[in-house]
Amino acid sequence: MSDQKEMEQAQHHVVSPAIYIAIFLALLVCTGLTVGAAFLELGIFNPIVALAIAVVKAVLVVLFFMHVKYSTKLTKLTVCAGIFTFITLISMTLSDYISRAWGRW
Amino acid sequence: MSATIVSLPDQSTARIPKVNFLTKENGILSWLLTGDHKRIAILYLISITFFFFIGGSMAGLIRMELLTPQSDLMATDTYNKVFTMHGIIMIFFFLVPSVPATLGNFLIPLMLGAKDLALPKINLLSWYLYIAAGTIAIYTMATGGVDTGWTFTTPLSTHYVNTNVLTTGLAVFIAGFSSIFTGLNFIVTIHKMRAPGMTWFRMPLFVWAHYAASILMVLGTPVLAIAIVLVALERTIGIGVFDPAKGGDPILFQHLFWFYSHPAVYIMILPGFGVISETISTFSRKRVFGYTAVAFSSVAIAVFGFFVWAHHMFIMGVSNYAVLVFSLLTMLVAVPSAIKIFNWTFTLYKGSITFETPMLYTFGFMGLFTIGGLTGVFLGASGTDIHLTETYFIVAHFHFVMVGGMLMAFLAGVHFWWPKMTGRMYPEKISQLAAVVTFIGFNFTFFPQFILGTLGMPRRYAAYPPEFQVLNVFSTAGATILGVGYLLPLLYLTWSLKYGEIAGNNPWQATGLEWQTQSPPLTENFLVTPIMDHEAYDYEWLEKQKEKEVASVG
Amino acid sequence: MSDSTAIAHGAQEHAHGEHPPYLRHHFENTAQQADAAGFAMWLFLLTEVMFFGGMFTAYLIYRNWYYPAFVAASHQLNIFWGTLNTAVLITSSFTMAMGVWCAEIRKQSGLVLCLVLTFILGLGFLGIKTIEYKEKIEKHHVPGFHYSLQSFLDPASDPEIYNEYHDKPLALDMARHTEVYFSLYFAMTGMHALHMIIGIAILGYMIFRARAGAYTAGHVTFVENFGLYWHFVDIVWIFLFPLLYLISRHAN
Repeated sequence: MSDQKEMEQAQHHVVSPAIYIAIFLALLVCTGLTVGAAFLELGIFNPIVALAIAVVKAVLVVLFFMHVKYSTKLTKLTVCAGIFTFITLISMTLSDYISRAWGRW
Repeated sequence: MSATIVSLPDQSTARIPKVNFLTKENGILSWLLTGDHKRIAILYLISITFFFFIGGSMAGLIRMELLTPQSDLMATDTYNKVFTMHGIIMIFFFLVPSVPATLGNFLIPLMLGAKDLALPKINLLSWYLYIAAGTIAIYTMATGGVDTGWTFTTPLSTHYVNTNVLTTGLAVFIAGFSSIFTGLNFIVTIHKMRAPGMTWFRMPLFVWAHYAASILMVLGTPVLAIAIVLVALERTIGIGVFDPAKGGDPILFQHLFWFYSHPAVYIMILPGFGVISETISTFSRKRVFGYTAVAFSSVAIAVFGFFVWAHHMFIMGVSNYAVLVFSLLTMLVAVPSAIKIFNWTFTLYKGSITFETPMLYTFGFMGLFTIGGLTGVFLGASGTDIHLTETYFIVAHFHFVMVGGMLMAFLAGVHFWWPKMTGRMYPEKISQLAAVVTFIGFNFTFFPQFILGTLGMPRRYAAYPPEFQVLNVFSTAGATILGVGYLLPLLYLTWSLKYGEIAGNNPWQATGLEWQTQSPPLTENFLVTPIMDHEAYDYEWLEKQKEKEVASVG
Repeated sequence: MSDSTAIAHGAQEHAHGEHPPYLRHHFENTAQQADAAGFAMWLFLLTEVMFFGGMFTAYLIYRNWYYPAFVAASHQLNIFWGTLNTAVLITSSFTMAMGVWCAEIRKQSGLVLCLVLTFILGLGFLGIKTIEYKEKIEKHHVPGFHYSLQSFLDPASDPEIYNEYHDKPLALDMARHTEVYFSLYFAMTGMHALHMIIGIAILGYMIFRARAGAYTAGHVTFVENFGLYWHFVDIVWIFLFPLLYLISRHAN
């Protein structure tokens, strides 16, 4: 759709409280899940599960509480740009630390 | 050099327009509380000139010390403080804000057909943050300085020096926010406030360059901020995040620091690229060759600039595999810059070239930036970097790109848009002389430093082996000439404010919306929102406009 | 494109006399102004993401290097308070989102109620944090001169934690690295708390303005954009909680 229509839709769209309540409950459930998972012995999967649940919670907050699902393409692109740069910082720095253990060539 | 495109109105009848942004309101408060992007630009111009000359004095002290092999002019500790302040002031208080905060602030709304930037109050806040940061930096200097080098390398800065690291860190932190707010403002303005018909690909390349630089400012600077916060916490309460004795890693600081500071060099140079695109087009009377390539290469530089920071850390203890990856990526990031140089060269081809002052600075830029950039590729290859790093080769490299490149571009821009900002022309002959003097002085100062570096003279040393003295003397002699070259514009530009010829709307017969308004512009820029109905750098459209124009008096 | 039609619309609105007092003169119409303000807020949040990013990087590196120390140190954090705090913050995000909804449908009393609830929940979060910090101070787990390795060299000396997790004693050098964990704990939660304090202060201002009807007359930008900030602060905690509290809670 045209940029103008997209912007107007985004500005006038009102997210209903029903959705907020659903997301709120989902977030509480996820919190319970992540606490429960921490008490289990999952080996390498402990951090993976914890981060995965955290990502799910964050995505729910971003899409619904912060209205990104109903926003313009530009807003979605901006969020992705931020996440991308954040991931670049972490992954490229970590790549140094992890590869130090590999020793010389 | 008698051919010129300058076209001034009849001086006997021309007047500066009575109502313009300078005369609209009077009194100091109307300046200190302004929301007008043009006034804020002027405030910035005065401030950064002030800091430039402070940083320049530091440079003078450095060059005087290096005349002799011994550390005789000042103690080595003092020398450390001098080069540190030189770096901090020149980078954070001159180069980073130079083009964006002065020319960018002034021109971006005009170029886009907008009445102001999106967030005028944030713009003013940005200037106040800059002034606060600068004041703290001067306080730091007055109370003993800091001697860690502008790079604040840990653990030196956290555990081994007793100088003003914290206050300097605070100054840089605040200056960082000044930069972030400027960049944020530009991004919002460029996305949301273009005039009707002003599509992305009709914007001047100056705007594209600032858009790319602004992305870097917004995404990169916060990482510098957190690096400084962590250094401060380490110094004050000893949290141990950079302390090997507590299990920390000093190199982590460098990762965080250079994650910003490498994009920072692109923050500094991209706006300069924007200026060059404008001047090269105007003084060849030709549209920029390969507009799309130049536009996209600006964004490519911004994106790739985030992936190469560890090339500043090749010898610091990062893993060999990281060295390999970052070296390869550094080769890639050189490509978009080279694309620009090629495109500007092709713009010159079959153009009608004239040699007014902005064009002289532009030619200086093309040559010196190319040399600086190529030597950057030498340094990107980790094999050569291991030998050349921390020597004068690095010093020469970054001075070629920053001074030979960026500072020349800044001067080109100031001269090019001076008539638009003030309504007056500067005196052409003396300004051309100053440009030539600057070019000569620059080469004498910094070219010997390439040789010194390859011969092995380390950087940041007050005393050096006597065999390096001859080249150092050459360098200092050049620095004196360079100083004259920079002092001249300060004098004649100030002179021109009162005695310069009246410029009229478009003395350069340039394209761009900013040249279609009066000089100096109205506070609201345009009485009627302009409609952009032609491509950028459309000289045929300009010809048609001139035919329609009736010569007006004042 | 978008802006030209926005301006065309704006011209129509002008012709019909709509020129609200909050419309700044460099904007063509209120839609453009709100759009620009929202975009600016998102860009500011990007800077916050990168700001916290540095600390997350540090955390990931040291957790990788000193995993046993991080596990042992994280057991010192009270999972009850941490979970409660997470629930409090999520609820405050919910009340904030509801507040924005009230502003959008122009329900002033609802907006004030939601802002007040968010304010109280925010204070609650900080209160719980104070309890936790106090405990850390008492047990000498604050990095610096008084840092004590006792609980890690001899876990049995700390029966509360020992009975739950039965940690093995750490070697001296690994025990020392628990200080890195606590450095990051205080730096990250401290920075987060600082952002909460700023948010709560702005909430106080907003409650005062909302009671005067500032946000329920069609101009919701301030509330909306503050909501974005508040949700961001919530998201930071959503990541801090598992990374700091839930490293490994199964008994040894």
